[in-house]
Amino acid sequence: MASAIHPEVSAKTANPTTRSLLSIRNIGKSFGRTPVLRSISLEIAEGEFLTILGESGSGKTTLLRIIGGFETADCGEIVMAGERLDRLPPYRRRVNTVFQYYALFPHLTVEENVSYGLRVAKLPKEEVAARVEQALAMVKMSAFANSKPAKISGGQQQRIALARALVNRPRLLLLDEPLSALDANLRRQMQVELKSLQREVGISFVFVTHDQDEAMVMSDRIALLRMGELEQVASPREIYDRPATVYTAQFIGHTNLLRGEVKGGIARCHSLSWPVNLPDGPVLFSLRPENIHFAAGMQGAVKFRAKLCSQIFHGATELLQVQCTDGLMLSLRTSTRASRDEDLDLEFLPAAAVPVRESGQGKKRD
Amino acid sequence: MGLPMSVPGNRSRWLPWHAALVFGFLYLPIVTLIVYSFNGPGVGGFPPRNFTLDWYRELFADDAIWTSVLNSLFVALAAVAISLALGIPAALALDRANFPGKVLFRRLVLLPLILPGIITGLSLLMLFREADVKLSLMTIILGHGTALISVATTEVFAGLQKLDRAQEEASLDLGANYWQTFWRITIPNLRLSIIGAALLIFTLSMDEIAVSFFLIGRDNTLPLEIWGRLRRGITPEINAISTLIFVFSLAAIVTWYRLRVRAESKLEIAAELVETGP
Amino acid sequence: MFSRAYRIAITLPPLVWVILFLLLPYALLFCYSFWSVSAVQTIIHSWTLDNYRELLRVNVYLQTLFRSMWIAARVTLFSLLLGYPLAYYLSFYAEKRKEFFYQLVIIPLWVSYLVRAYAWKTILGSDGVLNTLLQYVHLTSHPLNFLLYSPFAVVLTLTHIYTPFTFLPIYAALEHIPRNLIEASHDLGAPPLQTFWRVILPLSIPGVLAGATFAFVLSLGDFLAPLLLGGPSGIMISNIVVSLFGAAYNWPLGAAISFCMLALVIGLLFFSERLEKRWGFR
Repeated sequence: MASAIHPEVSAKTANPTTRSLLSIRNIGKSFGRTPVLRSISLEIAEGEFLTILGESGSGKTTLLRIIGGFETADCGEIVMAGERLDRLPPYRRRVNTVFQYYALFPHLTVEENVSYGLRVAKLPKEEVAARVEQALAMVKMSAFANSKPAKISGGQQQRIALARALVNRPRLLLLDEPLSALDANLRRQMQVELKSLQREVGISFVFVTHDQDEAMVMSDRIALLRMGELEQVASPREIYDRPATVYTAQFIGHTNLLRGEVKGGIARCHSLSWPVNLPDGPVLFSLRPENIHFAAGMQGAVKFRAKLCSQIFHGATELLQVQCTDGLMLSLRTSTRASRDEDLDLEFLPAAAVPVRESGQGKKRD
Repeated sequence: MGLPMSVPGNRSRWLPWHAALVFGFLYLPIVTLIVYSFNGPGVGGFPPRNFTLDWYRELFADDAIWTSVLNSLFVALAAVAISLALGIPAALALDRANFPGKVLFRRLVLLPLILPGIITGLSLLMLFREADVKLSLMTIILGHGTALISVATTEVFAGLQKLDRAQEEASLDLGANYWQTFWRITIPNLRLSIIGAALLIFTLSMDEIAVSFFLIGRDNTLPLEIWGRLRRGITPEINAISTLIFVFSLAAIVTWYRLRVRAESKLEIAAELVETGP
Repeated sequence: MFSRAYRIAITLPPLVWVILFLLLPYALLFCYSFWSVSAVQTIIHSWTLDNYRELLRVNVYLQTLFRSMWIAARVTLFSLLLGYPLAYYLSFYAEKRKEFFYQLVIIPLWVSYLVRAYAWKTILGSDGVLNTLLQYVHLTSHPLNFLLYSPFAVVLTLTHIYTPFTFLPIYAALEHIPRNLIEASHDLGAPPLQTFWRVILPLSIPGVLAGATFAFVLSLGDFLAPLLLGGPSGIMISNIVVSLFGAAYNWPLGAAISFCMLALVIGLLFFSERLEKRWGFR
């Protein structure tokens, strides 16, 4: 849990390169009168695995379809390698897509599906054959070259969809909730495979999902979308440890929200108080349950006493609901079985309480 | 009789009898037609007697009938070509384009499906007269082709509703342009609807009389040839040719049905697998 | 996702064709109905209301129109009476034979309309199959003459032809009723007849409307069955139109009658669409 105190250190491990591949600038889109995307700006780096995370209706799929060329943005521009991507039809973009339910052509065999892009590009036969073979080998599906999509399982269809897109050597691969049709176990396995495949081919992936855990496991960076606006763009670690808004803090993981007041460098919330480096005024803090510990006399920790209200078993951990003497309810996660004591002595480090913005008011970003 | 799907069966006692009655009513003229095509003394008179093939012999020697059959085949094939060539784009347009007057366009295309043939036939007759076009098989082809766009459009539009739009998006995504996507993805996915439409248009055209009635030139189609003979009185030759057509259509339906069952079950499995989403 | 060029390419050809070969002819029909014909049988392209006045003045036109509607109404009623229970039986009771029976209803549609009308003629005629059969079994000594060349023969033949057409949409509507609705109705205590009246029938109304519209409109405009089997008392409105375009040679008057039919049909379609929306639950 020490890393929580120094998020800026751990966030660095991700981005292999920071050279920008794709620039999304002020993209806006409405369906009829309903705005789905409002002035989205986002940079995607070479070789990066970026996840667009959001609930259904957040506009994440629309953003992906605009990059793919299946929707036209009302305003803004998309630039890839100095070229205006948004003015090209989908078939001229060096971008390929893995569709949500794969959209494999049912009347073509696996081999014909994978070679489709190369054939319409009129590549020489030998090259098509070689690249298809290589692509099928990459996803371990060579044995199924002559099967029709209907004859293979969902996970195998998923691999074919990947091979069909990657065989064209796109600059950027778009994935629209590609794992959502798979059952939980297969899904976890595919998450790992997909991530290592991305490392192997070194192509930038833009991955759309509504599943926070999936986003955390796979991404170099997460772009959290809410009601057509970007809430926060950061590495999984940073987004977890330093959520910028209430929405982010609550959507990713579980948190305690503390409504307090800062006065003269001291934050007060109910009877708790700790030193902060913030201007005076009302503040919201996010305090992760796992950052509240049984009192062990940590240096500078905020100490308090609370009564145990409920205890939920989660396997490796337990979630405790406690009530402080002043009535404040908090949840905390612990790996040890809590004692039978009704009264608990608890503490947390001031740095673990992260100030967050109220969502919706945060028009200013970056 | 079992009780399927929780419908209680105490009323099913008279329903089978009713069904039998309706089937009897539907098939009585067809059976009569066939039986009397082999009847020695000709049509009418009970019971049928003196089995004979004379009427078929007479039919095969009748050049006028066979000429009209050839004319009808030609008209029907041409009508299939025209109505598909326009009905497929019309269905696509209804599915994916927005233009002023789209609602009117849809209603207009589908109107001949429900309108008595006489109105369509007359209107076209006036058009050809005003444009000084001589009536011939060509005018009948134009008439059939135009009236039957409605069939092509409905069938193909229904097929389009089942087509997953992502299929075409995937094709564009993989670098195929609209034209390539149309031939490689859209048409193969619609092939069942298209074949079904073609068969339906073909038979409807072969049988069409109301529109042809007004647009006929010198050459008769089969229904008009039969019509001409019917006005002169009852002749067993008509029974014979009708029996032959019936047998041919039946063979066509059975073949088509087999084809469809085979193809559809496969496709449905595919569709199920592809759409395993929530 | 579809580019402008693509949308134009799929829209323009059928649009132009439909304007040229459907809209224009129907418009021409409208124009003709205001023109007239000269003594030397040429069309006079000047506007007049005479044709419509003539329609109202001469009784036979309106009488025939009403007779046609009466015939069409009977055809519709009988087709529904035959088609609905059959569809109901197929949808709920036929089980494994469902598909076979369904094909059995379709197959007669593949036999020429003309030929089926002709077959009825051979059955109903005074020395036809039915009369000779009745005499053969000594049910009657004289042929029954009312069978052929009467409105009865026309209604019978047209009912025969349009029963499958009314059956199809009704069957489709019944097939689309989720079976758990019927279970729910039983579960809530409605006995079978109540379930039929309160659940099944209302949900199948759109199919009934479609089938009824089809049978009514198409039999209203029929002219072959009356010519073949109707006799003088079975003449329908389209027969008058046919004779006006043929021997009588008065195209404008024929066009006026046709246009009234067209208006009637479109009005009916509109009406049934409204009804269907009310009953469509969508």
